[in-house]
Amino acid sequence: MTERPSKVLLLGSGALKIGEAGEFDYSGTQALKALRQEGIATVLVNPNIATVQTGEGVADKVYFLPVTPYFVEEVIQKERPDGILLSFGGQTALNCGVALYRSGVLEKYGVRVLGTPVEAIIATEDRELFVEKLDEIGVKTIRSAACASIGEAAAAAEEVGYPVIIRSAYALGGLGSGFCDNRQQLVQLAEKAFSFAPQVLVEKSLKGWKEIEYETVRDCYGNGITVCNMENFDPLGIHTGESVVVAPSQTLSNSEYQKLRSLSLQIVAHLGIVGECNVQYALDPDSDDYRVIEVNARLSRSSALASKATGYPLAFVAAKLALGYGLFELENSVTRSTSAFFEPALDYIVCKLPRWDLGKFHGVDHHIGSSMKSVGEVMAIGRTFEEAIQKGVRMVGQGLAGFTGHDPVPNVENLDEALAEPSENRLLAIEQAFREGYSVDRIHALSKIDRWFLYRLEHLVRLDAELQACGTLEAVPDELLREVKRLGFSDAQVAGAFQNGTPEAAVRARRKAIGLVPSVKQIDTLAAEYPAATSYLYLTYGGSEHDIAFERDGRSVIVLGSGAYRIGSSVEFDWCGVQALKTLRDNGFRSIMVNYNPETVSTDYDLCDRLYFDELSFERVMDIVELEAPHGVVVSTGGQIPNNLALPLYRAGVPVLGTSPADIDRAEDREKFSAMLGRIGVDQPEWSALTTREAIGDFIGRVGFPVLVRPSYVLSGAAMNVCSNEGELDRYLRLAAAVSPEHPVVVSRFIQHAKEIEMDAVARDGEILAEAVSEHIEFAGVHSGDATIRFPAQKLYMETVRQVRNVSRRIARELHISGPFNIQFLAVNNRIKVIECNLRASRSFPFVSKVLKINLIDLATRVMLGLPAEKVPCDPMELDYVGIKASQFSFNRLQQADPVLGVDMVSTGEVGCLGSDAEDALLKSMLSVGLRIPEKGVLLSTGGAEQKADMLPAVRMLESRGYPLYATGGTARYLRDNGIACTEVRWPGEEGGPQALDLLHAHTVDLVVNIPRDLSSRELTNGYRVRRAAVDLNIPLLTNSRLASAFINAFCTRPLSALEIKSWGEY
Amino acid sequence: MKKAKLILDDGTVLEGRSFGAEVSAAGEVVFSTAMTGYPESLTDPSFAGQLLVLTYPLIGNYGTPPPDLDAEGIPVFRESPHIHVSALIVSDYSEGYSHWNARGSLGAWLSEEGVPGLTGIDTRALTRRLRERGVMTGRVLVEGAAEVEPVDYESVNYVDRVSVKEPVRYHPGGKAKVVLVDCGVKGSILRNLVARDLEVIRVPWDYDFNTLDFDGLFLANGPGNPQNCAAAVAHIRAFLANPRVRPCMGICMGNQLLALAAGASVYKLKYGHRGFNQPARLAGTDRCYITSQNHGYAVDDKTLPSGWEPLFTNLNDGSNEGIRHREKPWFSAQFHPEAAGGPLDTVFLFDQFARLLKP
Repeated sequence: MTERPSKVLLLGSGALKIGEAGEFDYSGTQALKALRQEGIATVLVNPNIATVQTGEGVADKVYFLPVTPYFVEEVIQKERPDGILLSFGGQTALNCGVALYRSGVLEKYGVRVLGTPVEAIIATEDRELFVEKLDEIGVKTIRSAACASIGEAAAAAEEVGYPVIIRSAYALGGLGSGFCDNRQQLVQLAEKAFSFAPQVLVEKSLKGWKEIEYETVRDCYGNGITVCNMENFDPLGIHTGESVVVAPSQTLSNSEYQKLRSLSLQIVAHLGIVGECNVQYALDPDSDDYRVIEVNARLSRSSALASKATGYPLAFVAAKLALGYGLFELENSVTRSTSAFFEPALDYIVCKLPRWDLGKFHGVDHHIGSSMKSVGEVMAIGRTFEEAIQKGVRMVGQGLAGFTGHDPVPNVENLDEALAEPSENRLLAIEQAFREGYSVDRIHALSKIDRWFLYRLEHLVRLDAELQACGTLEAVPDELLREVKRLGFSDAQVAGAFQNGTPEAAVRARRKAIGLVPSVKQIDTLAAEYPAATSYLYLTYGGSEHDIAFERDGRSVIVLGSGAYRIGSSVEFDWCGVQALKTLRDNGFRSIMVNYNPETVSTDYDLCDRLYFDELSFERVMDIVELEAPHGVVVSTGGQIPNNLALPLYRAGVPVLGTSPADIDRAEDREKFSAMLGRIGVDQPEWSALTTREAIGDFIGRVGFPVLVRPSYVLSGAAMNVCSNEGELDRYLRLAAAVSPEHPVVVSRFIQHAKEIEMDAVARDGEILAEAVSEHIEFAGVHSGDATIRFPAQKLYMETVRQVRNVSRRIARELHISGPFNIQFLAVNNRIKVIECNLRASRSFPFVSKVLKINLIDLATRVMLGLPAEKVPCDPMELDYVGIKASQFSFNRLQQADPVLGVDMVSTGEVGCLGSDAEDALLKSMLSVGLRIPEKGVLLSTGGAEQKADMLPAVRMLESRGYPLYATGGTARYLRDNGIACTEVRWPGEEGGPQALDLLHAHTVDLVVNIPRDLSSRELTNGYRVRRAAVDLNIPLLTNSRLASAFINAFCTRPLSALEIKSWGEY
Repeated sequence: MKKAKLILDDGTVLEGRSFGAEVSAAGEVVFSTAMTGYPESLTDPSFAGQLLVLTYPLIGNYGTPPPDLDAEGIPVFRESPHIHVSALIVSDYSEGYSHWNARGSLGAWLSEEGVPGLTGIDTRALTRRLRERGVMTGRVLVEGAAEVEPVDYESVNYVDRVSVKEPVRYHPGGKAKVVLVDCGVKGSILRNLVARDLEVIRVPWDYDFNTLDFDGLFLANGPGNPQNCAAAVAHIRAFLANPRVRPCMGICMGNQLLALAAGASVYKLKYGHRGFNQPARLAGTDRCYITSQNHGYAVDDKTLPSGWEPLFTNLNDGSNEGIRHREKPWFSAQFHPEAAGGPLDTVFLFDQFARLLKP
């Protein structure tokens, strides 16, 4: 072994964003665990305060700071680590590490990069170098020929062979690109392409090729293995993050599988990888020809998936390899008796499906393609492909019962186009196509999805028709019921096949009567060849016996996880679930987790006594409860999915721990909750559930505009909206929302210029034991998940805080809360109104817990278990520091989406930073979510009159710091009237110069403050074009006047060098 | 699909459906954890007399490859011209198949070859039983088909059934002449030798090859108990005793035969090694390889006589994975460096053999 480091710095990946999400919390947590096991001191830089890796007992020191060269150098200077790990924090960590290496910082402080050498990383990141490297060993890559004339382009096309794809060099957004099958088409297209740019790139077209990935690990002795291979259901051209992915590959023969496997090992050996590496291939569906697409010399989303798919802890092993271990010296952590040098044999199939939330974004392009738009993923395990994909479709959590049986029945108009140019609804289109009689060959011709997958899906459509033909549940033969359950039909999906309103429970009763119950199987890495020492489990109808025995002694507790990461529910609930598991274990309970999100730490099988990697549905949770006979079920640490299960489980007689589900229902049900608030004298904004347009008009006549409109049935677009006038209301109700007695619309008065306040607390039998009051920087109207939150609240009246605490106490008492809860308040002039109440842990629990250094989930779990729990003094006056939670947006990935904030949440992640004062903490957190301190100039369009006035002090500060200011018409006039010099620029639609867009393209400004004039305008306005350009050109953008003011104030009063470099423990 | 069942000799009955030939079969029930390569496994003569259980549940996805032969008459996509397993047992047979090189479905091929296929079995439960109780014999009975009697796998000389009856020459005029003792050789072994410009004289398992003129000896794989191959062991012993020392390489049963000839003993494993993920460490080094394996017997390397030593060791259970002579150019591997199916990481052993023959 090489010399071991004594102190290692690990870089995290920061906030969750599209393309870089929870998988790196999992990777980093495993790596830190591996280092801790070796007795090596660890330092973590990661501003993502909601992660498990930044929790207690994972790293020795945590810095909630941006993962940027400046801050990391500061930490290095202070901590003096002798080793650094770059490959566990995604592209963010890798880029930062490479920058530190190149600038000589690592060498200067004697920090050794552990694992794969930086030179090898650079060779995988630089396209030219990469192709050169792989050429050296005769491995084929996708290469572009740069051509300056049509003749050159034609020659290049001949060389690589038709079909080819040509694209203009330097043109954004695919202008002038296209496919050509022959010389004639090439000449035509090349002419067009040369009109955009002087150079075109000619590449072999691999459209319709299969996309295959291998996950490899290699030790410093040169021993390499491939842990897993995966096949994309979707053909090349659709980003692997957007594809349905199966593991292992399904349509590859042995020779193809082994050929690509051998190439992977040759590649990692040639590059000199020590640790984990992912290799992606394109494979010709009509021969065994291949190309290497890319190589990622770090842990990735795919490696997290491969870890969960196989049970092989890739990140843990990679960390050990980085320390100099050989694979043969490590043990298989599932069997604990065999070696880590082996390749997992699966005896199940895994299916990953992406989760999109495109409906939340205005104007976004819904096609899926070469860039990633999904915000999360699920992994389903089955003994048939059908079982796995049907589970997966349900796990995605968008209301589908399975691959078939949709209500309403989808009806895409141009089906051929939907198959050929897929959107997030591609599976629905395939189902519809089969229903309409399309053949496998026809769907294959359009979609290029391998026929094997399509045969299997066709089978499901046929079975669904067979069920429907039975007419009633009673008429379904046992054999058919067994077959559909084996192929992954849920009870609800079976029930839905009949027109007579058969309840799900009737299917459950019927199948239990014939002994049709799922089997529990282990994921053991060796296909049962050796016994497994861990309980990593899934349920299947493709089995005849359980792998494990059930104690049924009432000493186990089931914790329901949070499911797919989505906008509104992500890593914060994973932290909550993990903390609950920890408290259970510490108190002698056997902990059982149910979750299906491969990006999480809670699905790491060594965190609990049993992990059921399976659905969070009533059916599945009941199956597990019936087998385990647990002491109880925790539904309050996993966000809304388990919360929604509370009442059905309770009604089925399941012991739900904590607050009674009947009381949860009183908080969830709008009518009941309102009545309760009225009774205890607590105010809330006026609202009404209305079923006609007239009733809505009457209601607005009473409360006035603006109003918040929440339809129960959304036709398209966002689930709720603020309407400021009749025109907006009309448009919204016409285009987006149905209003009818079946689909009532909830309309509430929308209070402007209100402060928004959050209460996160834990109560026992209605008495609050611990509480945390935080405030939003933005006024109400920005979703609490998008808002910037300050804790402890700094700018609230004592009087307001007193009222918030008082009302919270009353609500806790009234709802007999035992466990975690969150209440959101509005405050105007010291009058507070309740806007929401959730009797579960909220998104901000990890943030306030870590700022307070009081683990609220531990406390809540103790309460739920009936263990002694004392009242915790958490006086915010005692804290001599401030935490700021800021949101991360991923608009750059979402082409055409309008980057504005509103009442529906659009952020994909968050960070939380600490500082001795609010400015310090705010600046760190804003820099952590990708903002930069401007150095050149600022473009201002500061919205309506009030916002213009709000912004004035901040703009003065910019002026006094000497920033060149540019402003659009109204703003420019306002600034001049107030004696501030600025350059007036034109909106995109206006004549003359200088043009705002030109400033952005020339990067003359490096901060854009663009405040939309009203809250609801959705059309493509001038403002949209400026905002969108800022996002596309990677120029920091602020769209809220309160936040913009706070940020400007912070960087104008606080130079970077004045920010404290302090670890969590030092506060 | 007709109903069919598997009856183990411990009385366990597992019911499923028939997807191959509608005949019944008896044999030793073994499991393989390989996730790909069912055409290769089915045609591997080492599986003769066995009911093969695949732990990977989805089988048949890519159909079956054509029976093409190369210029030497060796099958290109199969390990021998015909299926050798007595029955195939899977969890989820895929009738629909998709592959550019497929010429038909797996079910059709099994039917053509008169081999039953059983699907709808909880192969994991079956594997666990085999792991716990050890390998046992069993019968696949297809509804409506004539019953079969149980077999005593140990006592049958399957090698004799699958070996060639007369010597066959491949690649005449190659740079060196290799005698290959055919206990049930896989096509890939022949192809690997021929690809290294070696002339191969494939002889029946009990043929006295010492009478031939040759430069090196190759001991191939084969089915069943190596102790049933006394004639081969005697001929190998004579070869080892020959003062003219010539290179020798063995694979799988070849490893066991070489060990028996050297004087070591062989024992039966509880449930064998069958799969493509078996780790083997090159003795005395930090180098490890993922190997393809298919064997029910192993060399007891504690019984190796002086002059011999282990070459590879299994990282999972410490069993022997190959032996070599300390001075003489004789070595063998328990695993399958020719792979097919399985990983190609140890194919370099053929290069070493070729180098020994013609440095």
